[in-house]
Amino acid sequence: MSTIVSLPDQSTARIPKRNFITNENGLMSWLLTGDHKRIAILYLISITFFFFIGGALAGLIRLELLTPQSDLMASDTYNKVFTMHGVIMVFLFLVPSVPATLGNFLIPIMIGARDLAFPKINLLSWYLYLVGGAMTLGAMITGGVDTGWTFTTPMSTHFSNTNVITTGLAIFVAGFSSIFTGLNFIVTIHRMRAPGMTWFKLPLFVWAHYAASILMVLGTPVLAITLVLVVLERTIGIGVFDPTKGGDPILFQHLFWFYSHPAVYIMILPGMGVISEVISTFSRKRVFGYTAVAFSSVAIAVFGFFVWAHHMFIMGVSNYAVLVFSLLTMLVAVPSAIKIFNWAFTLYKGSITFETPMLYAFGFMGLFTIGGLTGVFLGASGTDIHLTETYFIVAHFHFVMVGGMLMAFLSGVHFWWPKMTGRMYPEKISQLAAVVTFIGFNFTFFPQFLVGMLGMPRRYAAYPHEFQVLNVFSTAGASILGVGYLLPMIYLIWSLKYGEIAGNNPWQATGLEWQIQSPPLTENFTTIPIVTQDVYDYEWLERQKEHEVTHVG
Amino acid sequence: MSDSHAVAVAGHEEAHGEHPAYQRHHFVSMEQQNETVSFGMWLFLLTEIMFFGGLFTAYLIYRNWYFPAFVAASHTLNLWEGTINTFVLISSSFTMAMGVWCAETKRSKGLIWSLIGTLILGGVFLGIKYDEYHEKYELHHIPGEIFHFNSQGFVHPSAEALKGGEKPLAPDMAAKTEVYFSLYFAMTGMHALHMIIGIVLLCGMLWKASHGGYMNGHIAFVENFGLYWHFVDIVWIFLFPLLYLISRHA
Repeated sequence: MSTIVSLPDQSTARIPKRNFITNENGLMSWLLTGDHKRIAILYLISITFFFFIGGALAGLIRLELLTPQSDLMASDTYNKVFTMHGVIMVFLFLVPSVPATLGNFLIPIMIGARDLAFPKINLLSWYLYLVGGAMTLGAMITGGVDTGWTFTTPMSTHFSNTNVITTGLAIFVAGFSSIFTGLNFIVTIHRMRAPGMTWFKLPLFVWAHYAASILMVLGTPVLAITLVLVVLERTIGIGVFDPTKGGDPILFQHLFWFYSHPAVYIMILPGMGVISEVISTFSRKRVFGYTAVAFSSVAIAVFGFFVWAHHMFIMGVSNYAVLVFSLLTMLVAVPSAIKIFNWAFTLYKGSITFETPMLYAFGFMGLFTIGGLTGVFLGASGTDIHLTETYFIVAHFHFVMVGGMLMAFLSGVHFWWPKMTGRMYPEKISQLAAVVTFIGFNFTFFPQFLVGMLGMPRRYAAYPHEFQVLNVFSTAGASILGVGYLLPMIYLIWSLKYGEIAGNNPWQATGLEWQIQSPPLTENFTTIPIVTQDVYDYEWLERQKEHEVTHVG
Repeated sequence: MSDSHAVAVAGHEEAHGEHPAYQRHHFVSMEQQNETVSFGMWLFLLTEIMFFGGLFTAYLIYRNWYFPAFVAASHTLNLWEGTINTFVLISSSFTMAMGVWCAETKRSKGLIWSLIGTLILGGVFLGIKYDEYHEKYELHHIPGEIFHFNSQGFVHPSAEALKGGEKPLAPDMAAKTEVYFSLYFAMTGMHALHMIIGIVLLCGMLWKASHGGYMNGHIAFVENFGLYWHFVDIVWIFLFPLLYLISRHA
């Protein structure tokens, strides 16, 4: 199989002596760092930790659903398990996954800056994330919470006697971590670009993060105040959402989904940014319709704010609202489709190679498309009434979030691993992991579309016997998926010591990050670059190399 | 910056020859640093608008639903104290603006006195607010079971709550005053919390100013705090008419 990987001669190659990892030593130099690359690594470790906790909870859910009776755990325990799975995966993994790790590491380098605009706030955001995470774990250990990650009132305010307050405050704190990340990105992208780095020379990864940051900055504060009101309702008993006092529980849902719908775009947009970079690199072509892809990110961010009520079609909102929100929901499909089509056209007549990041990216394109199209079923108010609150919706958002976002995250981690660590991951086994993940994923979640279509409701520990076959498929798939996630964990750690030396630009990619050493210097660039070449300009890269060869020769 | 090989740790403020000591390593020029910092602050204030926006939305909806209850409950607020507080807060914005100007023009004494003035006025605001809360406590107008919220006063014509002269409410509408007071405490409480955070920051700034700080032209913190203080002021400028004035008619 052809490959574009070009590594330096392994017998002579060395990891650069001076880089951001070796620059300073000691635990404190990490815990008090302002370096965006080190903070990205800190985030990567902590996010992976929470991912595996959330994953273990998912494993428990699938085990329980292996049989129709609730035999592994009682129903109230099951409620707590799926709630903690949702809370951890949404707020502690998906929202910060790509932005806080890859985005943090790459955005300053991609735009030719030495750091994010506010390094201390960046570090603060990591600590807030940790505090939020610790509070969530604390709530879990001391009895858990059983409202579902949506904290639906009046369940969360009146009827649940679990740790709603601690979990709510944990998300409040973690929310500020997200706000600060988004704020940092927007300011950095506006003010820190290198000379010559105009808006339309920005990599699409940066555009996607810009759009996601707008959502973080404008959406998250609304979630924050909503959770404050829930906490006040539980503690002193104010009556904003309490129907017995004249409050309206539906208002809670409006406010909650005003954040939590845009939040799914916070989760997916950075992943789309990763896919744009990967597809372009491994087909050796400029992304087709660069401007359209860039603006589609912004369009998703803007439309994303006006579709929230499609989560509430069966909750008693007015029919006219349903009509309008149904229409607006369909509109979001347009910019999403623009991206998918443009990636497909980027592949067209490209010189495609199938390294691991590209395999994950293909996985993303297929699974995200299925996830997106089934979203149209749910956006159409008629079918939604049948399908919502069934396993169909569970399958839908797992296709988008796990099939889409997690694939993109793994694609990005593999793609930039050589840049972050200076070493290659082992190619063959990682290709295997990508394929295993894809197969395991489909085994897990495709049956859930069917079982949801047949009417199996979500969030129950027990179900009628006729659904068992599909649930067994799903649980079996989950075990394959688990292997698919453990493999990268193992071989990536292995590669830290034994991986091949990657050199500056193993993929022969065009981005600024590939023109500097791996791992980068603490200051990224010894001199701030002046950007003259266009984005994804592979001819420019070829000329660079020819120039180098003649120079050396 | 091409000659910079400084150890690039954030907060590591090292003089780079031609650069002032307070220029952070990752900025090319002081101008870029100032623009960036001020842009960041404006963006933060935008998130604050969204934060209060959720409360204003709730207010808007419930005011439409329970208009008579909002009118009646609004009448029980202490208009005098609210008005005085509005003047106190606007005055504190003035002293804060003076403080920023003094820092810009390097008037050390002026800065210190402006900050002291802002601090005192902020404290007076919170004191008056405390008195208002206390009054609500005595009237059982704090929502929730712990504080024994009581809407009876809005039903009986002779009640304390109806001194403003408006008509008594039907019992079911009178019960909705609890929604009004829920919003009143959530909104003014969040505002007061912002004031308290502001006062803490003010104390730190005052300490630094009294030790000769902010006189080298690097006044980003003073400027940004000024923006924050004015923002908190503006939130009150919206809260005051919405909660105290808008339902008051003869």
